[in-house]
Amino acid sequence: MLSDSERKAIEAELPLYERRRSLCIEALKIVQEHRGWVSDEAVADIAEFLGMGADEVDSVATFYNRIHRHETGRHVIYLCDSVSCWIMGCDRARERLRETLGIDFGETTPDGRFTLLPIACLGACDRAPALMVGDELYGPVDPAKAEEPLGKHP
Amino acid sequence: MNRRPLTALIHPGEPPPDLKAYEAAGGYAAVRAALRDLQPADVIDRVKQAGLRGRGGAGFQTAMKWSFVPQGDDAPRRKYLVCNADEMEPGTFKDRYLMEGNPHQLIEGMILAAYAIGAEVAYIFLRDEYPLCAKRLRAAVAEARAAGHLGKDIHGSGFHLDIHLHISAGRYICGEETALLNALEGKRAVPRAKPPFPPVAGLWGKPTIVNNVETLCFVPHILRHGADWFRGLGKGSDGGTKLYGASGRVRRPGIWELPMGTTMREIIEDRAGGMLDGYRLRGVIPGGASTDFLVPEEHMDLPMDFESVQKAGSRLGTGTMILLDDKTCTVGMLRNLQLFFSRESCGWCTPCRDGIPWIEKTLAAIEAGDGREEDIDLLHTHTRLLGPGRTFCAFAPGAMAPLQSALRYFEDDFRRHITEQRCPYTNGR
Amino acid sequence: MPTIHIDGTAHSVPEGVNLLHAALQLGYDLPYFCWHPALGSVGACRQCAVRQYRDEKDEKGQIAMACMVPAVDGTRCSIADAEATEFRASVIEWLMTNHPHDCPVCDEGGECHLQDMTVMTGHCSRRHRFPKRTFRNQFLGPFINHEMNRCIQCYRCTRFYNDYAGGTDFGAFGAHNHVYFGRSTDGVLENEFSGNLIEVCPTGVFTDKTLKRHYTRKWDLESAPSVCAHCSLGCNTFAGARYGAVRRILNRYHSAINGYFLCDRGRFAYEHANRPDRPRQPLVRDKDGTMRPAVAAVALKAASDALAAAKGVVAVGSPRASLEGNYALRTLAGNGRYSPGMAAAEAAAAALLVEILRDGPLPAASLHDLEQADAVLVLGEDPADTAPRMALALRQAARQQPLESVDKLGIPRWYDRAARDIIQGATGPLHTAWTQATRLDDISRPFRGAPADIARLGFAVAHHLGGDTPPVAGIDDALDARAKEIAESLRAARRPAVVTGTSLHSRPVLLAAAAVARALLQANGENARLGAVFGEANTVGATLLGGPPPEELLESLDAGKADTLVVLENDLTRRVAPALLQRALEAARCVIALDCAATPVVERADIVLPAASFADAAGTLVNHEGRAQRFFPALPHTDDLRESWRWLAALTDATWDSLDDILLALAKDFPHLAPAAEAAPGEDFRLNGRKAPRSSRRYSGRTSQLADRSLHEPRPPDDPDSPLAFSMEGAAPTCGSTANSGEKNVPSPAGVQKHLPSSLVSHYQTPGWNSVQSLTRFQEEIAGLCRGGDPGALLFAAPGGNGALAGSPPRPFNPGAGPGLLTVPAHDVFTSDELAALSPPVAERAAPPVCRLHPEDAAAHGIADDTDARIEIDGASAVLRARLDPSLARGLIALPVPVPGLPPRADDTYATVRPAP
Ligand SMILES: Cc1cc2nc3c(=O)[nH]c(=O)nc-3n(C[C@H](O)[C@H](O)[C@H](O)COP(=O)(O)O)c2cc1C
Ligand code: SF4
Ligand code: FES
Repeated sequence: MLSDSERKAIEAELPLYERRRSLCIEALKIVQEHRGWVSDEAVADIAEFLGMGADEVDSVATFYNRIHRHETGRHVIYLCDSVSCWIMGCDRARERLRETLGIDFGETTPDGRFTLLPIACLGACDRAPALMVGDELYGPVDPAKAEEPLGKHP
Repeated sequence: MNRRPLTALIHPGEPPPDLKAYEAAGGYAAVRAALRDLQPADVIDRVKQAGLRGRGGAGFQTAMKWSFVPQGDDAPRRKYLVCNADEMEPGTFKDRYLMEGNPHQLIEGMILAAYAIGAEVAYIFLRDEYPLCAKRLRAAVAEARAAGHLGKDIHGSGFHLDIHLHISAGRYICGEETALLNALEGKRAVPRAKPPFPPVAGLWGKPTIVNNVETLCFVPHILRHGADWFRGLGKGSDGGTKLYGASGRVRRPGIWELPMGTTMREIIEDRAGGMLDGYRLRGVIPGGASTDFLVPEEHMDLPMDFESVQKAGSRLGTGTMILLDDKTCTVGMLRNLQLFFSRESCGWCTPCRDGIPWIEKTLAAIEAGDGREEDIDLLHTHTRLLGPGRTFCAFAPGAMAPLQSALRYFEDDFRRHITEQRCPYTNGR
Repeated sequence: MPTIHIDGTAHSVPEGVNLLHAALQLGYDLPYFCWHPALGSVGACRQCAVRQYRDEKDEKGQIAMACMVPAVDGTRCSIADAEATEFRASVIEWLMTNHPHDCPVCDEGGECHLQDMTVMTGHCSRRHRFPKRTFRNQFLGPFINHEMNRCIQCYRCTRFYNDYAGGTDFGAFGAHNHVYFGRSTDGVLENEFSGNLIEVCPTGVFTDKTLKRHYTRKWDLESAPSVCAHCSLGCNTFAGARYGAVRRILNRYHSAINGYFLCDRGRFAYEHANRPDRPRQPLVRDKDGTMRPAVAAVALKAASDALAAAKGVVAVGSPRASLEGNYALRTLAGNGRYSPGMAAAEAAAAALLVEILRDGPLPAASLHDLEQADAVLVLGEDPADTAPRMALALRQAARQQPLESVDKLGIPRWYDRAARDIIQGATGPLHTAWTQATRLDDISRPFRGAPADIARLGFAVAHHLGGDTPPVAGIDDALDARAKEIAESLRAARRPAVVTGTSLHSRPVLLAAAAVARALLQANGENARLGAVFGEANTVGATLLGGPPPEELLESLDAGKADTLVVLENDLTRRVAPALLQRALEAARCVIALDCAATPVVERADIVLPAASFADAAGTLVNHEGRAQRFFPALPHTDDLRESWRWLAALTDATWDSLDDILLALAKDFPHLAPAAEAAPGEDFRLNGRKAPRSSRRYSGRTSQLADRSLHEPRPPDDPDSPLAFSMEGAAPTCGSTANSGEKNVPSPAGVQKHLPSSLVSHYQTPGWNSVQSLTRFQEEIAGLCRGGDPGALLFAAPGGNGALAGSPPRPFNPGAGPGLLTVPAHDVFTSDELAALSPPVAERAAPPVCRLHPEDAAAHGIADDTDARIEIDGASAVLRARLDPSLARGLIALPVPVPGLPPRADDTYATVRPAP
């Protein structure tokens, strides 16, 4: 079931789009904002709300990398692995995060605090290597101390 | 007069100018004047006189694109303007700079563009990873609406406009303008067939103009200061300024607004401060990941404008350079680029979907010391086979640009990996 | 006709097609995957690359996808161009980077389009040295097997399933080289056209699960042109058989009917013919009352003795039996003693609808006509459940009219990728009027009401269309406004159609449709069409033979006026009130049953003559538009398993030795059925001296089939009824000239026929093209007529208009007025057809038998959702689960078709309902 505030948030977007089903991505994001990820049930609920099939919604959801169809940790670390950050050492940062957090791309720490994901160019090439934790951008990070910014995200 | 129109009010690290500050600096004057004195066709005409070319990468004449929108009584009444703020081209961070630094400038540009084409609804298609832009754009839109620059009957002109912010759910292909339209419609962001082009049938099947952030930001200035002024800003045949950027192992990575046609040397040496100590420049990808390498030996004094760069065998693209130094492995860098492209391919057409991953794996094998003699040939063939016209959209040809040029300029690097069966670069990363 | 140039040769091509279409039609071997004649061009696979030149001066040209290039006058291209050739081979090479090398064990192997295209491009050795991607496969239900690793991402499946067929439980998931086609979670594919995925998929991702269970290599099948016997539409099929059993059904293209697609009922119902309980041996009741197997001669002797001793013989035919079977039965019993087998109410409706079609104002609509219609009113029928393929056609009709905006932009309609983005899911006027929700509601404007109100709507539409239909007296404003709106969209259309059917058994509804048809003729002229849905595969044929309803004959048994009953392929428990049937059967001294299914009538019979099914008989069926069509046996029949008419022939003094004989006799007795004989060539037809083969040219099992029993190769079985041979030898189905293999399309010398008539083509295969995609070589024009014309013969000439059919609107339905709730039918696409329900995989898809009531009616009768309700009609009763259905009009109860134990419904059958204890 979509919660009231989810429903309200989705409905608020309705007038901005010509067709109800065009809200599909918005709705997925709203649900994700509320719950951190999008479960199968949420997909079905969104589908019903928008008058679509669950498979149609999921087909859209699985296309986009910023929709999480798996449960994530409390904070998602997006480590930029595009070219400028690569030149500036994002591979070493990834290595460092693996050492300190014990997780690699696509994994979540056992305490459910962090999920680590690669992300395409964060548009922070002048601050490479860069990473985002949730909405917070960090860079340049010292690859050898890549875990430093994480302290701010309990 | 101002030689840096786009960035004059931008002070990184500080909040952007609010409506008051923006208006104090002459902001929204162009909107008032245009809605009062100009017909939409006049707006198009001024932009045409200025010769503004799109800053989204392809350099298409902006006024010409606008003029493709069907007008008149039998044209669809609804039309849309979409600002392409999906900036995800690796190495590119100019639109973020503009949106974070001066959101009103973009809004003003959008109002003028929408007026020119007769759109009453406009969207800003913003990538998800730019939350600060989202926050500032939202605030600015609210301010503009409160001040009557947006909404019904703007300044008594009878022209209505609403601007909506759509925040993407990711994927680089959303930047391709027709994939973007699908994303806005809540579908999988697979590019559309062209024709019909968006100005004729775009968002929800209606005439739609898609323009880059930087392109739209120029419009108020052109209307305020005129076409001649704009042309005078550039050094070569293309008018205006350009946001140039540099990243990689330079002293001062960053973004600068400079006259269109500023040379590569000025950008790298004067602005970016040259290479970091101990690093030598080997190659430059001039405008985001999908442009061809240029090399310092040949191109240091190349004016960075659309035509000159094209003549040199590359594209100006987004104008944000990625610098390859002598300690970074060329093959590794290309592998990184192709990894990006293989991950971001939409999966619609065969050559891109299945060809790029093969390239990426081959590069990875070469990099890991597992390369074979015939791999070079395979890479060469792929750059040809994934060229323009062979894939459904321009994504794959873009992906091939750095590879084909690297094979031309740095073939030795590839060969050494293969003959030595290892990566010859030891401290690149 | 535009002239185009391919590799320097000029060709004329049809107007408005793309270059790939044109090249294939000309016989060129140009590989492709994502293009499909019915699904259009989307440019995804990039397999159809050619070099295109701007004009004759352009020597450089550029690589272009042929499926995206309009073949307009002056188009120039090269298929042979080295770079285009290299590119096409590369596309295969890319597709192969992840494709498993499992051809030897793949279900698709041997008729795999990917296999053919791979060979065609010449790609053969692997260079990709990295691991392949793997996917998990899904359970998709009883029909479809899923092997996702074979996928080449041509997107055809979702374009068919979602876009074309309106399915919502399927799609493309993920991105880049991890696009997955399936469902978001394992589960049965709900859409009743899912089986087409088998043919739409160019490789082995979606394969036939029913075939898999009794797998045989495709080239080892013996196939025959067949006609689907599971609804009145008569879709054309291929029945493939081996070792005495049917193994699968494939679509057989017919441009006016099924085109490229079948419904799942038609594709998977065939397993009824393989049932172990199917009668395969004659049975005769012996003195102590037990049924004993008998050889044919003994059974026939018993039967003719019984007939000779009879005090009176009555015979009940069947709307699911062939024309020949019914005719033979009628000959046996004589006029007045033969019934076409439909219950009185249904028979009356069928007779009226046949009359409307034959003598009424508008020509009968083929499915193709309906697909092309730009405004449709479906009045009082639910094609989605009674004539599924028609619902698919109507779905396309709904997508027609918005395409006019695509035309305006100068975008060709085949350019599907662009057309869809332009029309944005818009649909044209499709109006449906039925008693409750249907599966067309998502693309139509549904009206829901009782049959009388549906009829009133129809009359009001006719009135508003203009012409001479008077206004409907006392009509309420909402209904009238609705009628007006429907009338306006029909009038604005260039190719409008009205569709009706016999399901409701309602005379007023049919007359209302006739009134609309007449008004359409006046308003829109000759392009208007009348679509009709009948109960079963040969309802029209049986109706044309005429005769009393079975009730009458059963009464005469009961009354002792006759004592012997012959039943032809008819489960009377589905048609006649249980009490009457029981009395009649008890009264009968002898019951002779001919059937291919173990029905209750067969169980009761004293003599059982096992009838050949569609798979082992030849015969003729007349479809909903009055098209007589011939089906041929895929299996040789045995002495003990004969066509019904053959059994019956032996019991009369008729001298019919072959199908041709009986058709000749039929034509003489029933001149209006004479064209039935022309539905396909007679037995003596030969193509250049040769019969048509049933087996593919790669048939491998001929000499080894019986090797465990004998080393001698048996003589192929005879087929006295058709020019088809049980053999791989015979006339090549088509000369299949391939333009770029050097063999030019030379006109054949006078008198030499080049191609088998379409009605005799038993499978699609030509050199280089082993999959169903070789169909293009069997068409006059791609998506047009079959080579030499489509099979079948139309019985109804152009109608003349008939005022005698004028009816008048009934009074509005008054929910409270009747003795209980008015019964209306709720057909189920899978099980309402008698034989289909006997196919195990189809039965698995059966909807649970429920009765539906409006929540308020339910409340009034004390019935809660999902509880048992006792339904009583004329003293008979049955218990059904109740479902509250707010879509149902008030005062109605929707019952499954049929409900065992309940009498068949007429248009005024009321039921009393109460909670079952
Ligand atoms: C793969 C691909 C990605 C693109 N990404 C962007 C982008 O992020 N931002 C952008 O403005 N244009 C992008 N473009 C270019 C757009 O398609 C379009 O040409 C541009 O937005 C037009 O704006 P302009 O005329 O103002 O340059 C991309 C093109 C391709 C082929
Ligand atoms: S080239 Fe093809 S697969 Fe690649 S992004 Fe474009 S359409 Fe998608
Ligand atoms: S058939 Fe032309 S691109 Fe697929």
